Amino acid sequence: MAVSVDEVVPTGPVRDHTRPARRLGGRGRSVLEVALLTVLAVVMLFPALWMIETSIKENRDVYAIPAKFFDFKVTMDHFKDVFVASGGGRSALSVSFLNSVVVAGVSTVLATVLGVPAAWAYSRFGVKAKKDQLFFILSTRFMPPVVVVIPIFLMYRQVGLIDSKLGLILIYAAFNVPFTIWMMKGFVDEVPAEYEDAAMLDGYTRLQAFWRFTLPLLLPGIAATAVFALIFSWNEFVFAIFLTSSDDVRTAPPAIAGLIGGTTVDWGLVAAASVVFALPVLVFAYLVRKHLIAGVTLGAVRR
Amino acid sequence: MAGIEVTALHKRYPDGTVAVDHVDLSIGDGELFVMLGPSGCGKTTTLRAIAGLERQTTGDIRIGNTLVNDLPPAERDIAMVFQFYALYPHLRTRDNLAFPLRAEGLPKAEVRERVDEAARLMRLGPLLDRRPHRLSGGEQQRVALARALVRRPRAFLMDEPLTNLDAELRADMRTEIKHLQGELGTTMVYVTHDQVEAMSLGHRIAILNKGRVEQIGTPLEVYERPASLFCAAFIGSPPMNLIEVEVADGKLRSKSGLVLTPPPSLPRDRCLVAGVRPEALEVTEPGAERSVPARVVSAEWLGDEIIYVVDHGGQRDVRVRMPPTVRFAADAPVGLRHTGGPPPVYDASTEELVA
Ligand SMILES: Nc1ncnc2c1ncn2[C@@H]1O[C@H](COP(=O)(O)OP(=O)(O)OP(=O)(O)O)[C@@H](O)[C@H]1O
Ligand SMILES: [Mg+2]
Repeated sequence: MAVSVDEVVPTGPVRDHTRPARRLGGRGRSVLEVALLTVLAVVMLFPALWMIETSIKENRDVYAIPAKFFDFKVTMDHFKDVFVASGGGRSALSVSFLNSVVVAGVSTVLATVLGVPAAWAYSRFGVKAKKDQLFFILSTRFMPPVVVVIPIFLMYRQVGLIDSKLGLILIYAAFNVPFTIWMMKGFVDEVPAEYEDAAMLDGYTRLQAFWRFTLPLLLPGIAATAVFALIFSWNEFVFAIFLTSSDDVRTAPPAIAGLIGGTTVDWGLVAAASVVFALPVLVFAYLVRKHLIAGVTLGAVRR
Repeated sequence: MAGIEVTALHKRYPDGTVAVDHVDLSIGDGELFVMLGPSGCGKTTTLRAIAGLERQTTGDIRIGNTLVNDLPPAERDIAMVFQFYALYPHLRTRDNLAFPLRAEGLPKAEVRERVDEAARLMRLGPLLDRRPHRLSGGEQQRVALARALVRRPRAFLMDEPLTNLDAELRADMRTEIKHLQGELGTTMVYVTHDQVEAMSLGHRIAILNKGRVEQIGTPLEVYERPASLFCAAFIGSPPMNLIEVEVADGKLRSKSGLVLTPPPSLPRDRCLVAGVRPEALEVTEPGAERSVPARVVSAEWLGDEIIYVVDHGGQRDVRVRMPPTVRFAADAPVGLRHTGGPPPVYDASTEELVA
């Protein structure tokens, strides 16, 4: 989620800087605006561009000094290396990508299945000390996750969840449930309770009313919330590196990080793996771009 | 079809709010019963308790001869129309109407027949294939009514169904609802905070205040003899003039000397307040017979009538309804006299009707 905050905030200051320039007249202002935005865009985009370039350069071009920006030979070898092991068969990286898909997917489904009905209940029923409960749920997200990594590690060792995909799935779901509840409560609040009331008078039970009327209206909200949860689980690094060690359990972030630190670093491979890793996030972020901004103010989503 | 009995209803929400303190209602079979009261007096809560959408804290609810306290809404066989119409947004009008019938598991042919009948009654023909967001407020309201009637329930519950419509449409729909209820003969409980709606629709009106019933009566009874000072101030526009009076040698007299027609029997030793309707007073030339001196504070000319606000001997803001032909200038010295029959008289401390 930090990503979205960073993306949203800069537009403010940039506009502010241009304000004195108004005295220069319309043209001066827009020139300054364009210049500042260009600088910002270059600073933000350069690492991403460099990553993409590196992933399609041959190794000797990667190390070339001065750096080659345009006149290098394009190669897809690094991408092949991401998926295929040197002796043939599947590479360790491709296994870790698959693990990432499983862990992020299942934990998101779990968080959604648990969080959506909870959000509905909090929105619809007079629960005792509702505000305190909701605050408590939110408070589990106040601390940075890394704070609890050691206790979780010790607990997981006791119950045998260390180095298992299930362990990661559970911890990601645990982090995503509070978020799902808060975000979804905002969506549920906007669906008038009268739909359910009317359905109940029409002969349905409360659960049927929820399932048949409220849920379909919540689908866009659920999709947006699930994408946020998915991005969180997909990107998560700290827990993944502490709680897993073997290649067949590891998710992509620690696996990619593991490529760095040997005697030689195959930067081409690192870059190609990173590109493959970043693609799903970019696609999903594009899908929920409207909600990225609204999502910054948790639960206060307006459509 | 069935009557509805509500006995000693009390509802306290989990947060401690007492929405309904004590309500007894006895609604006859086929009656159009209106619950009227200011915002927050517990009308919706009472209605939702009857519908089964809210469980009362204590008290009994009977529909027909059945005690329905523990029945879920689906088994009470009633239909409700909400202030916000609650048409299912993803369904066309036709399917919105058919919905409750499909829930009952009626055969297709019968569903179609009943939907067509309801559509004919509410003149929905051209709207049947539209979704709710493509209907105007009035049309949505008609669809909501039609959806309530397709089921042929034992009773209709209406929670301020016309609030979101503009004045003209509201008057039309009022007529329509009244007509429909008469035609079908189905019991209807109608909640509103609009007294005009209550007066024009109800066979009987219950006036609620702070979770209690202040008065139950026909529109005429409620207008002529409000049962408490609250009702007196609530019903009528402009409302009754509440004038402090005392009993002196068989006469009812205000502090300023205005003489009112006395009711037959009056308690003597109490502070009394008379409720005088604006139309039971008259603004006259100064010094006219039986009049007390007064002064016009302001005049509202409403076309078919003029509402004078007059100030007489310490009693400010007495409202008088006069025909538009009688004109007095603002600030003019005038006379004020009582022309009506005996007014209802209230005890100033208990606020109850005493004569
Ligand atoms: N779910 C709830 N939880 C707590 N208090 C509530 C709840 N619903 C209503 N109340 C309170 O109960 C009281 C009665 O509410 P109710 O909705 O019955 O009023 P009403 O007569 O329908 O008013 P209006 O004319 O504004 O619709 C109000 O004070 C309201 O704040
Ligand atoms: Mg209400």
